[in-house]
Amino acid sequence: MTDASITAEPPLRAAPPGPAPGRGPSRYRAGALFLLPAFVLLGVWLLYPTVYTIVRSFFGPSGYLGGWVGIDNYKTLFTTSSLVTAIKNSAIWVAVVPAFVTAIGLIFAVLIERIRWSVAFKTIIFLPMAISAFATGVTWRIMYQQDPSQGAINALGRTVSDAVTAPGVLPSAVPSTGLLQSQGGGLILKTPLHPGGVALLGLTGIAPADLPTGSKQAVKPATKPGDIVGTVWRDFKPGGGKPGVVEQGELGIPGVTVELHDASGNVVQSTKTDGPGTFDFTRVPAGTYQAGIGAATFAKPFGGYSWLGPSLITPSLLIAYIWIWAGFSMVVIAAGLAAMPRDVLEAARTDGASEWQVFRRVTVPLLAPVLSVVFITMIINVLKVFDIVLALAPESAQANSSTIALAMWRTAFSGSFDFGTGSAIAVFLFLLVIPVLALNIRRFRREA
Amino acid sequence: MATVAETVRLPAPHERTSAKILRALGKTPIQILLAVIAVLWLVPTIGLFVTSIVPQSATSTAGWWKIFAHPSLATFSNYSALFHNAGLTGALKTTAYIAVGNTLLVVVVGALAGYAFAWLEFPGRDWLFIGVVALLVVPLQMALIPTFRLYNILGIGGTVLSVILFHAAFGLPFAIFLLRNFFVGIPKDILESARIDGASEIRIFLRLILPLGLPAIASLAIFQFLWTWNDLIVSLTFGVTPITVWIFSQMREFSSSVDVVSTASFLSLVVPLAVFFAFQRYFVQGLLAGSVK
Repeated sequence: MTDASITAEPPLRAAPPGPAPGRGPSRYRAGALFLLPAFVLLGVWLLYPTVYTIVRSFFGPSGYLGGWVGIDNYKTLFTTSSLVTAIKNSAIWVAVVPAFVTAIGLIFAVLIERIRWSVAFKTIIFLPMAISAFATGVTWRIMYQQDPSQGAINALGRTVSDAVTAPGVLPSAVPSTGLLQSQGGGLILKTPLHPGGVALLGLTGIAPADLPTGSKQAVKPATKPGDIVGTVWRDFKPGGGKPGVVEQGELGIPGVTVELHDASGNVVQSTKTDGPGTFDFTRVPAGTYQAGIGAATFAKPFGGYSWLGPSLITPSLLIAYIWIWAGFSMVVIAAGLAAMPRDVLEAARTDGASEWQVFRRVTVPLLAPVLSVVFITMIINVLKVFDIVLALAPESAQANSSTIALAMWRTAFSGSFDFGTGSAIAVFLFLLVIPVLALNIRRFRREA
Repeated sequence: MATVAETVRLPAPHERTSAKILRALGKTPIQILLAVIAVLWLVPTIGLFVTSIVPQSATSTAGWWKIFAHPSLATFSNYSALFHNAGLTGALKTTAYIAVGNTLLVVVVGALAGYAFAWLEFPGRDWLFIGVVALLVVPLQMALIPTFRLYNILGIGGTVLSVILFHAAFGLPFAIFLLRNFFVGIPKDILESARIDGASEIRIFLRLILPLGLPAIASLAIFQFLWTWNDLIVSLTFGVTPITVWIFSQMREFSSSVDVVSTASFLSLVVPLAVFFAFQRYFVQGLLAGSVK
């Protein structure tokens, strides 16, 4: 306990009161010498530039100062559409990311207290923190590729979508004759049918590789009294063949859903074709019918969401960014949890509080200072978002994904070299973090 | 109080086996949930690595995860090709120079200032320190334009030194904050007795402060190293080409250069990952000191 009280002494009053006899002036000199390198660096690369940028933001685009323009640069900032987009995007970042990162970190930190391999889990979640935001952008760009055969996320989407609604066996097929017409996503044969009739449903536009397995030489089935029979087949063979006629060398299409519609268009029977493509509607009552192929046969497979397209690019970026920072939040909050008085939690449990009540009424309120530190840190981080956008968003989506920090760089260093407006954007960014700065100083002074 | 909490947390010594099993079962859903999350969290990094070890011809037609069905596709030809690329090896060297140079500079300058703020006396010390803390949040965008101009006038734009100096200035507020707070925790008696023995301040700094402050210095060094190794914006602005800028220059046609981009990206994160795994403890300590204190 004695050791702890020494280190816990109020920091700012740690030095002895008053200079030791005979050493005062030399101690001042030592202080100045120790501080000199730091103050040179801070002065030349931080203080002078900050003042210059503030002044510069009231002057024109080029030159050392380039002519007084008053607050025109700030007007430009709020009227140019690309800059307004950047401000809106940054607002979305601030609204979404700090809350999500804090919440996810809190959930992880609470849950890992219940497992033995919490160190391994922490390491895995924390790992992205060591990777550059730029490499993260590249990493997620590979994940987000739109083609489900290349992008892992859309591949997962396709697996789920296939499980929910199976894709059709013939997504690209088209009718071989004009008699077969599309209706409600499927096809219907215009020729009216009666019991004992034959329906020939020829399709083309099917690559041999896309034919369902079990496909055999197509046959035109023999008529059956009282039944309507028919064939669905690939009405094409090397050399062409005659449309609408089942010929040697043309293959039947198995597994196609065929439907029989009555005169008023209702589906009265439905069946599937076999290997040679034949089907049989049995015991059809007298009347006029039409045969057709169900829409499900032609259902296109899931094509993938355009994660990198203009409309989804910002959500995609947010996900990747949360992936990076959740580990930071988890580690900081876990440390806060570890420092929490356990007896308070145990007392609540003894009093019969449920785990959820303990979490909601004890853990979260006690952690509030730590949670707010994470939240505030994330606000600052999010306002400075830059490299991940350059790496993740393709050229076509860059305009839609811009942020304030990126817009500043583009305005000043890419293309137009407009130092006036660039300075104004930087000052705007600075103004946004000043409340945080005030908060930092207050917290520090309270601790001191 | 502490002992009460500890005894509550410890499992009772003679817990029945059935009770243990029941308790483990109660945790199973959480175990499974966390295991799934951990795997999901790893997928993007694994995807990057796998993409980097399959030939471009394979990734353009099928997803990287197909490699688990065809392990023979794996090749390190992407890597060997890159190691023969002078642009990339040069960029890696530049990255290393910037990261190491900046880390050394920030540690030395930051430790000197941190010591002064912690243990030396001069007028206005506390106000100056608050000023330094205030600088912590200045976005580096505030300094890009003036420094760019300054470098043009001095003619040192495009040099490794120009990037190091810029990074150092923006790393210093955190460095001074972190080290000063650690140094004030060093017991006063040690310093006072050294002073009474007549040791000079520089001697105290070198012989006492640096060795005693090593944990904080290690945290700081790791932070600085990773921050500068991973930087894009500063080097891009001042016309220097470390690995991030080099990859950026290859990204115009992402789909056709995905082999180069993914391979170089993975190369770029091998060093940070190694540093992270080797010094994880210091990394986390620095993080906590920077955010909680």
